[in-house]
Amino acid sequence: MAANFAALRSKVELALAGRVVAPFNYRDRQEVVTVSSGIPEIDLLTGGLPRGALTEIFGPSCSGRTSLLLSALSARTAQEEACALIDGGDAFDPHSAEAAGVELRKLLWVRCRNVEQTLRATDLLLQGGGFGLIAVDLSDIAPRLVRHVPLDSWFRFRRAVEDTPTILVLLEQESNAKSCASLGLRLEAGAAGWSRMPVEGVADYSRLPWGWLLEGRSARGEVSRSRMQRGSEVFLRGGFAAESRAASEGIFKTRMDLDFFSLPIPAKRK
Amino acid sequence: MGPCIRKNMAFAAIHVANFMVQAVLRAEGELRDREKAVALVDGTAPLINVVAANDAAWRAGIQLGMAQTQAQLCGVEIRRRSRAQEKAAHAALLDLGWSMSPRVEDHAQDTILVDLAGLNSLFGAEENIAREFARRAAELRLRVHVAVSANLEVAVHAARGFAGITVIPEGEEAQHLSGLPVQTLAPSAEALETLERWGIRTCAALGALPVLELSERLGQEGVRLQELARGAHARSLVLAEPAEILEEEMELDDAVEELEPLAFVLGRLLDQVCARLAARALSAAAIRVRFDLGDAFEKEEQSLNDNVPVKRFGEKNELRAAGVKAADGNGQSGTSAAKAELKMRANVVAKATTHKNSRVTTQAQDFSVSANCKDAAKTYEKVLNLPVPMRDSKMLLKLLRLQLQADPPPGGIVKITLGADPARPRSTQHGLFVPNSPDPEKLELTVARLAKLVGNANIGSPELTDTHRPGEFRMNRFFPQMNETKARGKAGKKFVSRGEPAARRPATGCRIFRPRLAARVELREGHPAKIFFRGLYGRVVTASGPWRISGDWWREDAWQQEEWDLEIQFDGGNTSVSVNVPAHMHAIAPVQDVKAHMRAGLYCVYYDAACRSWFVRGMYD
Repeated sequence: MAANFAALRSKVELALAGRVVAPFNYRDRQEVVTVSSGIPEIDLLTGGLPRGALTEIFGPSCSGRTSLLLSALSARTAQEEACALIDGGDAFDPHSAEAAGVELRKLLWVRCRNVEQTLRATDLLLQGGGFGLIAVDLSDIAPRLVRHVPLDSWFRFRRAVEDTPTILVLLEQESNAKSCASLGLRLEAGAAGWSRMPVEGVADYSRLPWGWLLEGRSARGEVSRSRMQRGSEVFLRGGFAAESRAASEGIFKTRMDLDFFSLPIPAKRK
Repeated sequence: MGPCIRKNMAFAAIHVANFMVQAVLRAEGELRDREKAVALVDGTAPLINVVAANDAAWRAGIQLGMAQTQAQLCGVEIRRRSRAQEKAAHAALLDLGWSMSPRVEDHAQDTILVDLAGLNSLFGAEENIAREFARRAAELRLRVHVAVSANLEVAVHAARGFAGITVIPEGEEAQHLSGLPVQTLAPSAEALETLERWGIRTCAALGALPVLELSERLGQEGVRLQELARGAHARSLVLAEPAEILEEEMELDDAVEELEPLAFVLGRLLDQVCARLAARALSAAAIRVRFDLGDAFEKEEQSLNDNVPVKRFGEKNELRAAGVKAADGNGQSGTSAAKAELKMRANVVAKATTHKNSRVTTQAQDFSVSANCKDAAKTYEKVLNLPVPMRDSKMLLKLLRLQLQADPPPGGIVKITLGADPARPRSTQHGLFVPNSPDPEKLELTVARLAKLVGNANIGSPELTDTHRPGEFRMNRFFPQMNETKARGKAGKKFVSRGEPAARRPATGCRIFRPRLAARVELREGHPAKIFFRGLYGRVVTASGPWRISGDWWREDAWQQEEWDLEIQFDGGNTSVSVNVPAHMHAIAPVQDVKAHMRAGLYCVYYDAACRSWFVRGMYD
């Protein structure tokens, strides 16, 4: 039996020679390097965005996914890192991006028209390498279409980004990458923040709509998955010590109310 | 009178023996490496004769002037003489000279002269310099004879007369030239005939003749020939100017219509151009390819004359076809219209190119059509502008292939001219704290592949334009040029403070609907109360507006809008409402999915006064 096992093992090693260095050796998990997402509350909650890993940000419309993405892009481009946005639905707004602090000349924007183009573009960019952050925006793609993306695509992305300094961020309406994602962050929309002119007797916008201003909105974030080592980051320790609801071997679930979009919307009229 | 030559002044003459054959073999590595017998033929049918051949071909029985059919019987490879390749080989020879010294004389098509002043400190003795010339020539796929002498003409004659490397010490010129035949000095036919009648066949014999008597019989040419034979003819170096564009040409026996064989030929030309660039320590800032088109193009031209619209290659081919028609200028019906159309579109192309150069338009590939004369109209040009200077021929070939796949030539190609705009090579100083960025050459290839996937207009770096018109931006070529000092400073700050600089407060992002979504809005007391779009019915919970904006009133596309920020509560949808939903949005987000995920939201909605309709611009997310 042992002889058979040894023979089988050597056969497998021989077959994988040149492709896998040591197929039966345990591979130590490397310490995850995280960077700021640009939003302190999110950093507190998640420990930051992990490099060399897939981060999945999902939630319904108006839940703050784009705002979070713009903050992350702003933080990376401010560090002179080249970033790429693969825009599955061609919904990126350069005006709000610049208002959020994104240095547009450091951003490669790929405007796709369907899921196939988006996945293919992601493959090409990951192979090209050298980007600090690659964001794949599938927010506007129908969830039923994204659900049909084979799981091996996400595995391929995870493998491609491993051992690189690239942050791969996936924006969706539902979680699809599952275990391929090192960090899963679910966002929910909160209440919108309005400010109004202090006019006596006017409590309703309908009486004075031009006196109202959209200030922003709040959102709620929940970490659905995290493979980052516990306590390895200052942000992580602080966030999870206070809020952790369930923790098992390297998988954390926690949630936190966020009010990170409380600043005025950077519209051109503001 | 003896030459007045400074001591230690030396010149190298570099001669390409059997130049015509080498020029052709330069592009055919297999023939060159295996030293196959090759004969060159030239002329017009039926008078096509052998004009040159290599040693192996002479041994096989080839003779000058032999008819092509006879030469084929000798079992040698037959090639047509190519003046284009001779021109390219000559340019390569000059590049070889400039790779070592800035003082180069273009002596003849197969010979150059190089001033060696100052090279001793780099390469040592003259022999080493000559060896270095031979080595670099081999990289340019040329086999050369090199002769070094303090006298220019002696160096030339020695290079033509002796194979390999010859170094002639100062004062021994006559001795070294003595054995060379008189023909090496290139005398006129009459002088050569006279000398042969006298029995003068070598330089030594010519040099021994008395000057006065020689002058009486052959005139000044006789005196000059004798000075040359004695190595006593002195003159100065006539400097040549380096070319601004490095070009390689190749004429094809049969028209090439497919991309694979075309890529093979382009690869060869790129190899040659890159070798020449490397010889001059330069890189290419742009690659220009010009294809001379053959019969297939004629067919397309014919189809145009028959008023058959050319749609196979889209808009660009229409432009090209218009160029052909206008270029004919035969006064046929429709020609003037085509000319006008061409002029108009050519202006557009010219503007686009100008904009591209100033980085203000999309990175659509450069495209130009020659329409000045009938001959020029049969060319097709491509310009590959590179973000950073490159000279990796494989990388350049990949980029060219991607461009040609996206926009292939319209017909069979009979001649290819490939040029490179020389530029200084990229030099980067990496630092420990400089963030990682994509390798520019690899990035260019990735971007080209992405452009092929999504289209040129759909990839790049966005830049906001100087206008208040909502949603206006333009796409620039993506090239993350890093301000290294800034980066180093920022990264250094990060390192010292153990943390990244304080992030700015986040702002709410907006998602834009492209194209804009048509909506129906119910107003109550002048403000939106209900809204219908994408097959959804929503009740306005809160509204902010109207924010009136307008601009460009002096233009035809003036705009005037009233913008509202709306918080909308959807109540599950009302399918009976008829709303114009763009076709592509159905593919991206069908109405059922939209309903499931859009219970409430913040939207930017506007009333377009120009078309008196409501639209949804985007969503705050």
